[in-house]
Amino acid sequence: MNIYVRLCMEFAKISVFAIGGGLASLPFLYTLSDKYGWFTHADLANIIAVSESTPGPIGVNMATYVGFTAAGVLGGVLATASYVFPSIIIGVFVARFLEKFKASPYVEAVFYGVRPAVCGLIGAAGFKIMSISLVDMEAYARTGSAADMLKLPAIAMFAVMTVMNHKLKWHPVVYIAIAAAVGIALKL
Amino acid sequence: MNIYCDLFVTFVRIGCLTFGGGYTVLPLLQREVSDGKGWISQAEVIDYYAVGQCLPGMIGVNAAILIGYKVRGKGGAVAAALGFVMPSLLIILLIASLIQNFAGIRIVQSAFAGIRVAVCALIVNAILTMAKKGVVGLTTAVIAAATFIASALLRISPVPLVILAAATGLLLSFIAGRRGRKAGGG
Repeated sequence: MNIYVRLCMEFAKISVFAIGGGLASLPFLYTLSDKYGWFTHADLANIIAVSESTPGPIGVNMATYVGFTAAGVLGGVLATASYVFPSIIIGVFVARFLEKFKASPYVEAVFYGVRPAVCGLIGAAGFKIMSISLVDMEAYARTGSAADMLKLPAIAMFAVMTVMNHKLKWHPVVYIAIAAAVGIALKL
Repeated sequence: MNIYCDLFVTFVRIGCLTFGGGYTVLPLLQREVSDGKGWISQAEVIDYYAVGQCLPGMIGVNAAILIGYKVRGKGGAVAAALGFVMPSLLIILLIASLIQNFAGIRIVQSAFAGIRVAVCALIVNAILTMAKKGVVGLTTAVIAAATFIASALLRISPVPLVILAAATGLLLSFIAGRRGRKAGGG
């Protein structure tokens, strides 16, 4: 199948099944990486970083970037359009029954199950990013020594940043800028 | 100005000012759409945002669509959605094509290796924030853990997991409802 058609179908699917905001598309993007090889897991981590530190909602940014990486400018446009189009249909439909929708016990029941599942799914995506950012399995395979497996400077930086982010609530772009500087200084 | 153009331009501005996760968008919507344009009330903005969270897709995009529809029907919904995503589309396409040219340079690779670590930290905190709302007891904790294991270790794709989670939520409320009626009936 044509790559543009594939992109459209995959992002339409993400639009319908990624519930809970733009970040919820992340586990689906990993699936795309595994399924089609359009980009690597490391590419995806970079895509997240750029999407967090540029204007625009993170979900749209990631979709455009992934589409561009897979199939150039047209790919970026089609991925974004396919992510938004189903939302327009669903939104226009729901807008007519807004009061009913808000009060529906079924909606609440569905979300009782879906909300924690989204946490688990994004957790799994985070786990994949950690497994390339904080651990070096290639070095471990080469030397067989557990000490080579752990990227200690990265792990230390991760611990500090997680606590800082939790306590200070600075904007994500601040952490990304600091991390870039540290990365260059330590030649990570 | 034509109302469609006005919607489009207003949402282009909101898209430019949204940064990072979609959670910064609510105060922006209130300021631009309600205070600035007076199209709908503050309370309606909050309502639409809340419904936007309960629909598939992106929260900000959903809120834009519902507000656009309220202002001027289907065309309004399309104009608002297009405006909202336009800045992302242009900025990301520009940056992505620039980064392609610099990706091979050692110093850029070091910077991104550092940035990936920050992304880990940001995601951990995003999950913690979501878990506060989503993981509210033992049942939901089990759902979160089971989904994590199914996705990270068993590599089951997200679509069936989301469907299963939705079905579980419905089933649990059905069981709770029957129990409630039995207890109430005597």
